[in-house]
Amino acid sequence: MATEAVVSVRDLRKSYGDVVGLAGVSFEIHRGEIFAMLGPNGAGKSTTIEILEGYRDRTGGEATVLGVDPQRGGINWKARLGIVLQSTGESGDVTVKEQLSHFAAYYPNPRNVDEVIEAVGLTEKAKTRIARLSGGQRRRVDVALGMIGRPELLFLDEPTTGFDPEARRQFWTLIESLKAEGTTILLTTHYLDEAAKLADRAAVINGGRIIEIGPVDELGGKEARVPIVRWRTGGRLNEQRTPEPAALVSKLHRELGGEPEGLEVIRPSLEDIYLELLGLDRAGAEAEPVLGEVGE
Amino acid sequence: MSTRTGATATPKVGSMGRTLRLGVSRIWYELRVYSRRGDSVFFTFLFPILMLSIFAVAFSGMGNLGAAPDSSGGITWAAYYLPGMVAAGMLLSGVQNLGVDIAGEKSDGTLKRLGGSPLPLISYFIGKIGMVLVSAILQVALLLVVARFAFDVELPTDAEKWWLFTWVFLLGVVTSCVLRIALSALPRSGKSATAVVIPIVLLLQFISGVYLQFTMLPEWLQNFAGIFPLKWMAQGMRAVFLPESFAALEQTGGWDLGWVAIVMLIWFVVGLFLCRITFRWIRKDS
Repeated sequence: MATEAVVSVRDLRKSYGDVVGLAGVSFEIHRGEIFAMLGPNGAGKSTTIEILEGYRDRTGGEATVLGVDPQRGGINWKARLGIVLQSTGESGDVTVKEQLSHFAAYYPNPRNVDEVIEAVGLTEKAKTRIARLSGGQRRRVDVALGMIGRPELLFLDEPTTGFDPEARRQFWTLIESLKAEGTTILLTTHYLDEAAKLADRAAVINGGRIIEIGPVDELGGKEARVPIVRWRTGGRLNEQRTPEPAALVSKLHRELGGEPEGLEVIRPSLEDIYLELLGLDRAGAEAEPVLGEVGE
Repeated sequence: MSTRTGATATPKVGSMGRTLRLGVSRIWYELRVYSRRGDSVFFTFLFPILMLSIFAVAFSGMGNLGAAPDSSGGITWAAYYLPGMVAAGMLLSGVQNLGVDIAGEKSDGTLKRLGGSPLPLISYFIGKIGMVLVSAILQVALLLVVARFAFDVELPTDAEKWWLFTWVFLLGVVTSCVLRIALSALPRSGKSATAVVIPIVLLLQFISGVYLQFTMLPEWLQNFAGIFPLKWMAQGMRAVFLPESFAALEQTGGWDLGWVAIVMLIWFVVGLFLCRITFRWIRKDS
């Protein structure tokens, strides 16, 4: 079955001098799965992803990527990965097509260059130099370079930064088609709707620790997803969480003898749940100040 | 998806043939990028030709060098400066282009991207050295054409001199390249690269007999310059382009071609070794 771990991380630690970047992170990503890492800036998402890509060395714990320790990954290992880094700044004196054709030659079994250009929606720009593309278009070149080698495992570090809403929708379709082909994907993003749409499972990272991990539609537990009914009586805002919002609304209707003022039924989105998780984590850290001081 | 399980059948990508093939592909890619960069690159490319023109014109009124007492024979100043300019071109193509180039690639993320791809390091080096070789060959060809037709410099006619030219040229350019790649670990950013590289290169040219007549320098400075490869490149090129009688003006009274080869080879090997230990796709943990 599809339970083979493509990425396996146990008690991963990373410190820069006195500063702790990762304070013991553990998770697994299974073959064919899209796994999202969520968290505020500086939480440790990029540190984790760059350790797994082989760019940084860990200071503790274990990590295995495609059966190999990323600190010792060689050419054959790299040929099975696709990497979309968080930042790009290449001068780009080559055209989109030249760049992709050149990189395709690095891989033993690359995808068709024109098909990849088509998939990222740059067909019309194929003969344009990368330097002359807009930020969002350059980002699509990054994504194209990440998938050109037909990777088994694709790292996407904030891939849709700078995309317009339409481009993001197209990108989601692309990622779903990669998943359908069996690609395993590790995604970080600040767009919670993107994570909700694409990911099978997600981890929320804060302060170098995982504070929540699980299937995307179960994050935060059942309570976090209980719908909220909101209405006004007089000038006062009422709010009640209930698993049976329709029953509550019809009861209100009866009691108030008509349409409740300002009625809303809200199902917490992933974003609401995420923010609540971070808020709880912060409150927890303040309650136990010792945990907050990682530098000592 | 059951056809794709675990570590099956990823074609072997670590072979020497693949490394060479990708190296050649990198040469084309690098040349393409280089040729599109315009301005600064163009100037580096033309630099030795411009310098030769300036020297030839500036000293044109001073008569020939090394003429006999009856003022017959001797060579023009253009002919005298040609070997120095060839040597400067060899050093500059390698050192200046690459230096600024690699530092730039380091800071703009190109190297990081390459480091995450299955491109062998050796292929990357082949690409850099190949690009420099091709541009240096074009440059020296243009320089010789200008010297021959604009300044009427007599070029050697016997095969032996051209064979000498070939090995001094190739060894010199390749040595400059590896030294430059090795030094690319030094400047921390693309911007500071120019500031670090240019003074070194300029000083070397002055003390190595490119701009100034080598024998004018005090002996201790001649000996100091002899540590570095540029002095030997220039000397090798003088052996190619200057008449035999000029050998007497050299430090030891001869061309010392054996030393030319030995010193450049030593620097080449040292450079290769340094490349291997200092070059990193990225500075880990910076």
